Amino acid sequence: MADNLLLDIRGLVIEATSYPPGEPPKDVTLVHGVDVQLEKGKVLGLIGESGAGKSTIGLSAMSYGRGGVRLTGGEILLNGRDIRPAAAWQLRRLRGREVTYVSQSAAASFNPSKRLMEQVIETCLSHGVMTRPEAESRAVGLFRKLGLPNPETFGNRYPHQVSGGQLQRAMTAMALCPKPDLVIFDEPTTALDVTTQIDVLAAIKEAIRDTGVAALYITHDLAVVAQVADEIMVLRHGRKVEHGTTDQIINHPREDYTKALVSVRSLEHAEKPEAAPILRIENVTARYRGTTFDVLKNISLGLPPGQTLAVVGESGSGKSTLARAITGLLPPTKGRISFDGRPLSAAFRGRTRQDLREIQMIYQMADTAMNPRQTVRTMIGRPLEFYFGMKGRERDLRVQELLDQIEMGKGFADRYPAELSGGQKQRVCIARALAAQPKLIICDEVTSALDPLVADGILKLLLNLQAETQMAYLFITHDLATVRAIADKIAVMYKGEVVRYGQKSDVLAPPFDDYTDLLLSSVPEMQLGWLENVLEHRRMASAGN
Amino acid sequence: MRIPVSALIGMILTAGFVLAAIFADIIAPYPLDAILGGVWEAPSAKHWFGTDSIGRDILSRLIYGGQITIFVALAASLLAFSIGSFFGFLAAVQGGWTDQILSRVCDLMMAIPSLIVALVMLSVLPLNLTVLILVMGVLDSTRVFRLARAVAMDIAVMEYVEAAKLRGERQGWVIFREILPNALSPLVAEFGLRFIFAVLFISTLSFLGLGVQPPLADWGGMVKENKDGLTYGKAAAMVPAFAIALLAISVNLVADWVLSRTSSLKGGRGG
Amino acid sequence: MHPILKLLVQRIALGLLLLFAVSAVIFLGVEALPGDTAQAILGQSATPQALENLRNQMGLDQPALTRYFNWLGGVLTGDLGKALTNGVDIAQAIGQRLGNTLFLAGCAALISVPLALILGAVAARYAGRWPDKLISGVTLTTISLPEFVAAYFVIFLLTIVIPVFQPVAMVFPGMSFWAKLQAVALPVIVLVLVVLAHMMRMTRAAILNVMQSAYIETAELKGLSPMTIIWKHAFPNAVAPIISVVAINLAYLVVGVVVVEVVFSYNALGQYLVDHVTKRDLPVVQAVGLIFAAVYIGLNIIADVTAIIANPRLRHPK
Repeated sequence: MADNLLLDIRGLVIEATSYPPGEPPKDVTLVHGVDVQLEKGKVLGLIGESGAGKSTIGLSAMSYGRGGVRLTGGEILLNGRDIRPAAAWQLRRLRGREVTYVSQSAAASFNPSKRLMEQVIETCLSHGVMTRPEAESRAVGLFRKLGLPNPETFGNRYPHQVSGGQLQRAMTAMALCPKPDLVIFDEPTTALDVTTQIDVLAAIKEAIRDTGVAALYITHDLAVVAQVADEIMVLRHGRKVEHGTTDQIINHPREDYTKALVSVRSLEHAEKPEAAPILRIENVTARYRGTTFDVLKNISLGLPPGQTLAVVGESGSGKSTLARAITGLLPPTKGRISFDGRPLSAAFRGRTRQDLREIQMIYQMADTAMNPRQTVRTMIGRPLEFYFGMKGRERDLRVQELLDQIEMGKGFADRYPAELSGGQKQRVCIARALAAQPKLIICDEVTSALDPLVADGILKLLLNLQAETQMAYLFITHDLATVRAIADKIAVMYKGEVVRYGQKSDVLAPPFDDYTDLLLSSVPEMQLGWLENVLEHRRMASAGN
Repeated sequence: MRIPVSALIGMILTAGFVLAAIFADIIAPYPLDAILGGVWEAPSAKHWFGTDSIGRDILSRLIYGGQITIFVALAASLLAFSIGSFFGFLAAVQGGWTDQILSRVCDLMMAIPSLIVALVMLSVLPLNLTVLILVMGVLDSTRVFRLARAVAMDIAVMEYVEAAKLRGERQGWVIFREILPNALSPLVAEFGLRFIFAVLFISTLSFLGLGVQPPLADWGGMVKENKDGLTYGKAAAMVPAFAIALLAISVNLVADWVLSRTSSLKGGRGG
Repeated sequence: MHPILKLLVQRIALGLLLLFAVSAVIFLGVEALPGDTAQAILGQSATPQALENLRNQMGLDQPALTRYFNWLGGVLTGDLGKALTNGVDIAQAIGQRLGNTLFLAGCAALISVPLALILGAVAARYAGRWPDKLISGVTLTTISLPEFVAAYFVIFLLTIVIPVFQPVAMVFPGMSFWAKLQAVALPVIVLVLVVLAHMMRMTRAAILNVMQSAYIETAELKGLSPMTIIWKHAFPNAVAPIISVVAINLAYLVVGVVVVEVVFSYNALGQYLVDHVTKRDLPVVQAVGLIFAAVYIGLNIIADVTAIIANPRLRHPK
């Protein structure tokens, strides 16, 4: 066992200096004495929410502290020697040779002014691992293995000339090229669309298996890591919560926090029956000003009162544009939208105050949706004042009622957005929408910027509020787990068109059209072997055709 | 909130200059134009900074000169600021043709160095304080315009502004309650920089003989009057030169601090 | 057509258009200003007869547009007209002086550009530490100084405190190159001082911007040496912004030259311009103003063109 150990981190302590504006700088501890062991050829998943310290721990395997982060305590034994106190020149011999790194954003991590091949084989040459012809042929081999198009000539391109998914694979090739002992994958698929993610994930998994390299796989998505890791370590606030085999963590979690992570996104919502719609969208076509390309093509949808219509699609599908068309920010070029039986003016400027009040919107990034110079009281109070003429004490009481409704209680009314957490910000945005007493709320990816547990909390809140007030939701998302949790009806969008639409039970049941099938099957599920099953299924299907 | 030492020094000095300018009549030991001694007398108890090229007290002239310099610079930068931010916000909020026309006019004005434009204009216009303030204010408003427009554009696309528009708020609320509070701190810092620029600009013009005209005195003009003394080893010209430098540096220290506070607010996620 | 070529042509055409517009502003804008040009030149005490004569002489009786195109035609063929005050051919008067101005600006550029790049790189390398703070502090001070104040500080220091130079910079035809160099030493020091601060700060910002990119971290994590990282990964991406910085600052230099020439009684274009503004000699002012504007716009075009050429996205389109 001991001589099989590649990486042995003991009692790792990591600190950083934070510079709060207007206050003296202070030291904060990011990682409090964590142990990590990794055997040769194995894959360890590091999982946690933002702030868990997973990336920081991952990079410590290269004895690297990002942005002023300091590795202040413990031992980092790589192949038996402690690299924490190693000198800069010793680290240079190790980085890029024994340990390599794949980042979340390959697009930013490639030098824009150099060809991909130069960058992929750079470490092989600088560390003297192999000659240029050897390195180039190995790189081409890796390109092929990772499923990149035209592997022979792929390396001649510049980073901006290839897609995001391809860059992520090219970065994997770059990490594997010098035949390292360990690769650190830092959220390598998080920035990708779900249908791209599955391909990249499969390519990474196969490449790890074939080269026999060990890997640290860092992600916030347990379902993803379950597909590639042999073992999983759950982290929270810089401490280890639980460590075990993938099977144990997924199927028999011991700690409450792990159980919560495993059961996340398993919310189910019973579908309500069909009814006459309150929002009716008929043959809507729209394009942005100055372009000749329709981003929405002939969309027809309906949403009954008190129900949720989920609009699902990947980036570029037009789902957010649909929200802009409904709110009147982007007047459609063709088609009609009616609400509660009356036609809506195409542009929001032409709508009555009642129309504006009854349709509210919640955004993905609560950060940019809140005026940083207004307190929570002003933000929630303004719609009360504006629509209902409430003033003074009456308004303040109502603001507090709304805060109670979003489960935030007392003491928040006088805070500024900067003093709230991500989840709290989103709740305040919900309260601001509620204050208008709307009949419809458009939710544009409201949970996708949040950690999974926080996102679950928001979804539950939205469901409770719907049960209380009978509001309708138009819920825009790329995440099918969210759809299952909240929707009564579903519309699947692809390249500006609705490719599938109906009651949730119908949309999610076969027979599927090709795109819905691809989309549904690409969503990682919290079970071992899911990736293999999907790939096998797809292989059979294409062989059958 | 802690104020760094450099900003504190800047504030104290700036305040000192402004107070001296306001109370010039009380503080100044001698009248502006009184000839009291020999040419370029060395500093003495009677004349702290000595006398100038025709025997006037330099300290008194410095105090009165500061009044003119600060007044002209302040008036010009206020003018630049009002014009620049009004049109900048207008361009950002209106967009379309308004924005196009205003931006192209601004580009054209910025295509020539301000000093050259000022020289060309002043070769025709009469030289008095009003004309100087107008010329400087209009020329400098281009920079404020660019900044105000950029800042307002950045804010106008924010979702909280969109939310206010969708609520049905009027243009006035959107500009004054949503955009302006967030645009204020970069603009305040910019005001400091514009003021410095105006001080340097009026001083340069006066030094070239094209700014404030006698009998009025300002610091740039005083340097011009006394520059020949340097040939004979008389340092009288250095006093107003030093005053210009000190005022500019003081305001710069304050503006730098406001600017750094602004940027830390923007990136205020501790990151 | 290659898209980059298209962009370049567009940018240069825009520059020429701008120059044309500027010429119109300099000529027509000045005409549109309140005040009678002839009156301004001759002063309040001028007799109506004298005013009439001057107006005829300047062609003020013709429509402004006609005069503008006559003037523009002259400019394009090298005929800048005659000075009102002494009747000397302006093109001829400018010729010699332009050479002197370019000599002065050229010397300043030769010293300040390499110095600014080195200091900027040092400040960026030690960002936040004492060499950076020292350099930034000093440059913040020099940025706060108008050119003439900086000039007198230098004169005071180098002719009175430590007398090594003469406070006047005389150059005349027939002077040896070395004598000329010695004569311009002081004004060059001043110009370097003034332009150095701007150039250095912008260089520092440009380098820091590149050094904070994710691909520099990638290079570090590849175990490359600091020199390799700078040379192979930072430099190719920093060249364009730095060249832009240099070009923009040479444009600053053009303005600084005007004042510095006056301070040192250096017989060149800037001095010539200021003299004739004082004398309200409009044709001279317009001609020299146009030359300064043209140099300024030209340098700005160069800055933009390098930025376009150095952008890999534009050089290697999809």
